[in-house]
Amino acid sequence: MTALSALIRRDIRIALRVGGGALIGVLFFLTVVVLMPFAVGPDLALLSRLGPAILWLGALLASLLTLDRLFMADHEDGSLDLITMSRTPLELACAAKALAHWLAAGLPLIVATPVLGLLLNLDMVATAAVALTLLAGTPALTFTGMIGAALAVTLHRGGLLMAVLVLPLSIPVLIFGVAASQAVIVGPMNFGAPFSILCALSLVSLVIGPFAAAASLRHGLD
Amino acid sequence: MNGLVPGQIKLSGRGVTCVRGGREVFSGLDFEAVAGEAVAVVGRNGAGKTSLLRLIAGLLIPAGGTIALDGGDAELTLPEQCHYLGHRDALKPALSVAENLAFWADFLGGERRDTAESLATVGLDHATHLPAAFLSAGQRRRLSLARLLTVRRPVWLLDEPTSALDVAGQDMFGGLMREHLGRGGMIIAATHGPLGIDSRELRIGGVA
Repeated sequence: MTALSALIRRDIRIALRVGGGALIGVLFFLTVVVLMPFAVGPDLALLSRLGPAILWLGALLASLLTLDRLFMADHEDGSLDLITMSRTPLELACAAKALAHWLAAGLPLIVATPVLGLLLNLDMVATAAVALTLLAGTPALTFTGMIGAALAVTLHRGGLLMAVLVLPLSIPVLIFGVAASQAVIVGPMNFGAPFSILCALSLVSLVIGPFAAAASLRHGLD
Repeated sequence: MNGLVPGQIKLSGRGVTCVRGGREVFSGLDFEAVAGEAVAVVGRNGAGKTSLLRLIAGLLIPAGGTIALDGGDAELTLPEQCHYLGHRDALKPALSVAENLAFWADFLGGERRDTAESLATVGLDHATHLPAAFLSAGQRRRLSLARLLTVRRPVWLLDEPTSALDVAGQDMFGGLMREHLGRGGMIIAATHGPLGIDSRELRIGGVA
């Protein structure tokens, strides 16, 4: 446990320092959502209708923005070699890295959501619903994205490849995340069904992600 | 106690074959090293010195043959009992010298000694709060060496360990290696220049 908490603390610390990725994601999220009302126009009803989708799209792209560097930086400076050799199973190390990334880059997006909800004419209940679905859904984005990040390690300029690999996997998360939020705002579907599926997607990716990422890192040893 | 009793551990490779990028780097390589012994792997550029170290470290999969450590901790694999000091020094520029070392000490685990003491030994005790981004190549190498001192591992795999070190640094490193061997450790080093300690030569890939 010491090893894993050391890894999590290190990754969060690096992400929060100057040049780290944590703030970039939030700034991107902020930019996308702030610009959207100007693009859509002053129709408040339309804005609140589109609000959850805009927030979800912004959060999805923002959380993928820095994810391709998840293993790349460790690969480039040789840390990944030592992590692979260590007494900590690679699967657990991958899970710890993804958790650190989510804490540093995913959680701030959820914290920013209530502020941005105001700009999209979402009332308190709707904003809370979006924040809750993001809380349940963004771990799935991080843990499936980790698989793409691990595959991209062995390929130079793997960033684009990662987007191609990961975006299809994130579509179900997007569908059920937005569906659950819309259920609260316009109905008539109930909130529970899509939200349960969203939670299930996150739980499945928590299990599969670390194993798939570790397998692809081992396969790519060079 | 970690197999660090002199004469106990023995590393042996039998018929080791390495293929990289479809090209056979070396094949049928036999080697052996015992506790308290330093082996200098020599050979021309591209002969496979680094590949051999990475094979032992489990970072490459041999295309043939076996590598085994006898007499070590039975519950640990060979890579788990190795320190690997490669060209890339596994340091994070955003973290300070002390944070970098403390992370590896916590993450690698096992028997360890005080990080401040290790930093003093390698001559970095004046720079503990400096971000690693500001270190020179030689200082980065010294910080990597501090990792080897802090976390005890019986087998040291060193790739060009003395590069970037100044004369005083090479002397200091020679002393550290002798101390490690004296405790029953083992050193496999890929090198072009003199290693600075008595060592047995393992030549791969023909005459240099």
